[in-house]
Amino acid sequence: MNEINATLPERLLHWIALVCALVVLFSGVGIVSTVQPKYLSLISVHKLLGISLLGLVLVRIATRLGRPAPSVSSRRAANPLKALSRLLDRLLYALLIALPLLGWGMLSAGSYPVELAPGLYLPPILPQSDTLHTILREAHAYLSLALLVVILLELAAALSQLLARKEEHRISDTIVEPCEQEA
Amino acid sequence: MPQSKPVSGNTAFLVLVGLLVVLTGAALGYVAGWFSPDRLTPKTLVHAFAPASGPPLGHRRNHAKGICFTGELESTGAGTEISRARIFTRGSYPVLGRFNLGSPDPNASDAAVRIRGMSLLISGPDAEEWRTAMINAPVFTTSTPRAFYELLLASKSSDPNAMASFTKQHPEFAAFASWANNGPWMGSFAEERFNGLNSFIFENAAGVSRAVRWSFVPETTATPVSPAQLSTKGPDFLEQDITERVARGPVRWRLIVTVASRGDPTADPTRAWPPDRPTINVGALVVRNIEPERDGPCREINFDPTVLPAGMKTSDDPFPAARSAAYARSYDLRTAEARDYPRTVTGDAQ
Repeated sequence: MNEINATLPERLLHWIALVCALVVLFSGVGIVSTVQPKYLSLISVHKLLGISLLGLVLVRIATRLGRPAPSVSSRRAANPLKALSRLLDRLLYALLIALPLLGWGMLSAGSYPVELAPGLYLPPILPQSDTLHTILREAHAYLSLALLVVILLELAAALSQLLARKEEHRISDTIVEPCEQEA
Repeated sequence: MPQSKPVSGNTAFLVLVGLLVVLTGAALGYVAGWFSPDRLTPKTLVHAFAPASGPPLGHRRNHAKGICFTGELESTGAGTEISRARIFTRGSYPVLGRFNLGSPDPNASDAAVRIRGMSLLISGPDAEEWRTAMINAPVFTTSTPRAFYELLLASKSSDPNAMASFTKQHPEFAAFASWANNGPWMGSFAEERFNGLNSFIFENAAGVSRAVRWSFVPETTATPVSPAQLSTKGPDFLEQDITERVARGPVRWRLIVTVASRGDPTADPTRAWPPDRPTINVGALVVRNIEPERDGPCREINFDPTVLPAGMKTSDDPFPAARSAAYARSYDLRTAEARDYPRTVTGDAQ
């Protein structure tokens, strides 16, 4: 993520979202791959965590909107990797909003009750429709692939930053040491 | 600064990213079952229902032939003793249901199918729902979803010994086979007793949990008929019969919940519980209207047996989860094929 303008809670929120997104993704793959009793637990985790992510990302966006945006000059000054990282974040958040809404819409269009926990229901957001159910289900599946790619890119970006920082430390150490000797 | 440093940094980065991608891919593949080709998935299970001629496009992959009904559940209030589900509070709750045949052929002849089913969606207060799909057999065919899958394969196998070898490996099939061969046949859906077979856990307001099974017992007097008599009737006689009966007046069933004793086999639907187990008359199902499925209200409903109100949950019986997974697959397939099952007889998709 673009760490220059992010506060610690924001960064924490970002990483929690990323880990949860991975869990939701894995549980989604599990759902269509088993008929064992864990099928039901996977669905519970998938729905509950998916909708929580929607809430989390909305909170994240709200906190971001509450703060002044970085000035244009500082944005220009940022290197292209940072710009890419910012784009990646936006893609991630867009997917984490779209996927739960698609899932919710898909269940609504399939006349399923959208139950998050025993007795805790979300209202349907669409009327029953075979066509909508099919389109939303496919969109949900294909966009989850996109989510996987974005998560991997996020992790790769984080790795690259981590390695770059290590490199910086080593360079600054070699610069600092002779100064200390002089003193 | 030596030139080699950033190169080694880049290499480390590429190796780590490569590792990340491979590990994630492997983990996802593991979850998806790529490394366990024998795993029973919703896809393989549902595919096993398809006859050699192919699956019934646009229809449920099993119990494909059916007719919709609406009515209500008149709860006596006695059910609140065992479950806090609000559907059991004394009162009347809307029901959407479907009578059906246990066959993947949507054009099956009614007399030719041994298993008959009834599915219900009962709407409680707020968004609470109870969905259940039952059959007329007193016990289920197999103890596990895996064995059920083997039964599906054996029953359509070209090997003449397939069924014999299946029954030898699965002696638990005998109880069902005995009913299928020697049990009574009824001339009407109205005379059938529909059994839930799977065990569920009911929890009451005091937090006490009990394992239960349920049945819908007909209030219509049941008069067994011979299969030979039935075969002289038309291919849709069951649908015609129930349509005519309900047109004359409501048809009713009593909802009887049986409570298990400690040690009763809850995980195995091939094993009936001893007949002396306590039962509770929870309410009455009243069927008031019959509608063809083609454009009827039950068509777009997946009667997923794991859709339960708070106060009811699945037990150690492995079937409700397997059925839920398979029904969802069937629903996804048939809703994507809606044009293969036009909503009007003339073929108008709308």
